[in-house]
Amino acid sequence: MSALSSSSKTSRSGLFGEGFDLGRLLLEGRAFFALIAIIVIFSILSPFYFSVSNFLTMSSHVAIFGFLAIGMLLVILNGGIDLSVGSTLGLCGVVAGWLMQGVTIEAAGVILYPPVWAVVLLTLVLGAIVGAVNGVLIAYFKVPAFVATLGVMYVARGVALLMTNGLTFNNLAGKPELGNTGFDWLGFNRIANVPIGVIILAVLAISVGLMLSRSSFGRWLYASGGNARAAELSGVPVKRVQIAVYMMSGVCAAIAGLVLSSQLTSAGPTAGTTYELTAIAAVVIGGAALTGGRGTIRGTMLGAFVIGFLSDGLVIIGVSAYWQTVFTGAVIVLAVLLNSIQYKAKPKKS
Amino acid sequence: MNDIPQATPDTQEVVLAARNVAKSYGSVHALKGVNFDIHRGQVTTLFGENGAGKSTLMKVLSGVIQPTTGKILLDGQPVSFTSSSHAQSLGISIIHQELSLAPNMTVRDNIFLGREIRTPTGIDYAEEERLTRLLMEELEEDIDPLTPVEELRLGQQQIVEIARALSVKSRILIMDEPTSALSATEVEVLFKVIRDLTSRGVSIVYISHHLEEALTITDHAVVLRDGNMTAYAPRSEIDLEWIVRNMVGENFDLGSPPSGYEFGAPALSIQDLTVMDEAGAGFAVVDNLSLDIKAGEIVCIYGLMGAGRTELMETVAGRMGQAAGEVRLHGHEVSHLTIAQRIESGLCLVPEDRQRDGLVQTMSVGQNLSLASIRKFTRGIFTSRKDENQLIEDSIRDVTVKTDGGDAAIGSLSGGNQQKVVIGKMLATHPTVIMLDEPSRGIDIGAKAEVFRLLAERARDGLAVLYSTSEVSECLSIAHRIIVMHKGHISAEFGPDATKEQIMAASGESVAA
Ligand SMILES: Nc1ncnc2c1ncn2[C@@H]1O[C@H](COP(=O)(O)OP(=O)(O)OP(=O)(O)O)[C@@H](O)[C@H]1O
Ligand SMILES: [Mg+2]
Repeated sequence: MSALSSSSKTSRSGLFGEGFDLGRLLLEGRAFFALIAIIVIFSILSPFYFSVSNFLTMSSHVAIFGFLAIGMLLVILNGGIDLSVGSTLGLCGVVAGWLMQGVTIEAAGVILYPPVWAVVLLTLVLGAIVGAVNGVLIAYFKVPAFVATLGVMYVARGVALLMTNGLTFNNLAGKPELGNTGFDWLGFNRIANVPIGVIILAVLAISVGLMLSRSSFGRWLYASGGNARAAELSGVPVKRVQIAVYMMSGVCAAIAGLVLSSQLTSAGPTAGTTYELTAIAAVVIGGAALTGGRGTIRGTMLGAFVIGFLSDGLVIIGVSAYWQTVFTGAVIVLAVLLNSIQYKAKPKKS
Repeated sequence: MNDIPQATPDTQEVVLAARNVAKSYGSVHALKGVNFDIHRGQVTTLFGENGAGKSTLMKVLSGVIQPTTGKILLDGQPVSFTSSSHAQSLGISIIHQELSLAPNMTVRDNIFLGREIRTPTGIDYAEEERLTRLLMEELEEDIDPLTPVEELRLGQQQIVEIARALSVKSRILIMDEPTSALSATEVEVLFKVIRDLTSRGVSIVYISHHLEEALTITDHAVVLRDGNMTAYAPRSEIDLEWIVRNMVGENFDLGSPPSGYEFGAPALSIQDLTVMDEAGAGFAVVDNLSLDIKAGEIVCIYGLMGAGRTELMETVAGRMGQAAGEVRLHGHEVSHLTIAQRIESGLCLVPEDRQRDGLVQTMSVGQNLSLASIRKFTRGIFTSRKDENQLIEDSIRDVTVKTDGGDAAIGSLSGGNQQKVVIGKMLATHPTVIMLDEPSRGIDIGAKAEVFRLLAERARDGLAVLYSTSEVSECLSIAHRIIVMHKGHISAEFGPDATKEQIMAASGESVAA
């Protein structure tokens, strides 16, 4: 049963039993140290990097990946993967844009302009539905998560392209006489100088963190990701947890879609392409195991900031986009390498 | 003859020796400087409580782990194994306590994993298959070499594990609880194989918590206690009492079923239950079976592997679907309930395979213990740390888990202690009906007595117990009623005064000579 048992972690007692273990500390806090290193290096390289306003701007970029990464973390903790989040982000943005343009109801001959809160709500519901499709395919029809979400990724992207005919909705500001203004609040406003997107990210991260560490659902999630059979026999509703997790991931993607299209005041059908990979990277850099059952929200957030601050830093110091790609890739490989050291699979154990 | 290891081992007599071997995991000292001899061409048996360090010592001797200090002498020469394949190349192989098979691969591929027989054009599957068949014949087991391992029962998987070790043809073979999931007949066959091996000069180390069984095969006994060697003796000088005394410091027996109280109303009643096999081959693994268990009653099911005990229990617990029949808990039909709902209403199962069905390896000892009782310490939407820790502490004490504390990784526990966690997790839900499928797998005699005491105590308070085992002596010391299952039916029923021979005969098992 090596497949099941090999993931067991080596004892933690080494850390406490024999005093201060620098190697382990560096390993376990690697995302944190990587973030510090990135900030220090770019602050030296560029005079513009180290400032509150730059950090806030970069954070509002991070927020988009951060939302996706939170959803992705939940899915990965469950032992799955969600490749559809980038497309769901695009689809949700497009649907929000479409609702903002006004919905023509031909039979009644009227154009409905839903208020912004309704647009937001409908978009979130859409995200949950896309997630539910993933979840049901995986939990009840036993489609491997990789394949199910790959399929949904194509379908969602295709629907977004169909809805807009490949074009972009540009006018998301709404009109005062129609009573649907305020959509740009999400992307442009600030509270105490902090962008709304970043605040939403913080709130979401804290609530998901609490859910993971303190609620029974969180415990169910870790258990069914670690060993679904054992969890089921202990009374964990494994299938319901699985569906819930994909729905949450869909909602996170919808939030990201709303914030992104608000930041850009436009909604294009190709928005979010390949973002799922960035989200996976953030989760992995944050120390979660792709085999499920291990990972924390703190790590994932650090992972998202590492990627975001690194790529923005490279832009600021003027490194070419091609090199940015290379650097990001190298960071991911390094992170996975460290993961496999941390969760080193012992060949045999009793 | 003196069995106490000499500073320089007599190479005629001793093939592999450990001298002052210590192994520490952080602050946990699993081995505290032990001396151990493996006698050439004989069976050396290692006894000891759960967590005494037996598996750790065997892993040191087979190169799986490196000792913190101490040396290993092979034929009198110091060696230092760099890996288990290094040790294997020097003729030492090991059967691990926990199965280490790849579940998705076939029996044949598992046996030759990493040692494939090659021809210039690739792997010689035909030859591998032929050798696998020979091994299965030798072990008198009807297993097709091309079956994926995950489709085998636990006991059969253990046979494959044994076959793999035999196929290496080593001169030193270490067996760490090889028989924990085997039936009496299969153990007999294994012993025949062991005798055959020793007669050809192979040296064997044998570990088991089935003390009587181990006594029949051993030539030299060694007892390990808390990481120290406490006794060495040749077979002629020892008996069961000697082992137990050296293992736990006192002698005691498993007692007899609790008595002096009346049973209550039927707690679990199974009527005409039929369950089809999971693979869909269309035969009934549980066939029209009816059984009533009253509150306070302890019922043992004895049977061979494949008799349908596991399927019966898993169906009642809600894991497998039933084809026909009724299951009632305190008079209420439960067939339509989910596993969670059944646990909630007081019905739970301690599964047979702890690695696959019992433990979440990524969680700590405490989180495993509390997993089935989360609702009990959830206040509103959040769990209460205080209540959870209380529950964990109580469970660790109840089932006597030897651990650093609730935060320890589950993989750091010894095999028997992991088993206790699985039992403790289910007892913590405070069930009114508990089913235990071979719960004594790998737990030592002291822990077994403790579990029996706990079950007896709860039975007095009205707990109904359904207990399956392959050890007749266990039935006799815990059960008010013994049921023998054979091919999905109940083939016989006995009271607590039945004899071993009667029970074994009813199971369709040839009584061991
Ligand atoms: N990887 C590990 N990390 C920390 N402690 C460990 C580890 N492996 C074993 N131990 C500890 O070492 C001690 C000896 O364990 P070992 O597995 O050798 O016991 P054992 O005699 O084989 O017991 P059992 O009969 O239950 O199999 C135990 O206290 C166990 O908790
Ligand atoms: Mg052991």
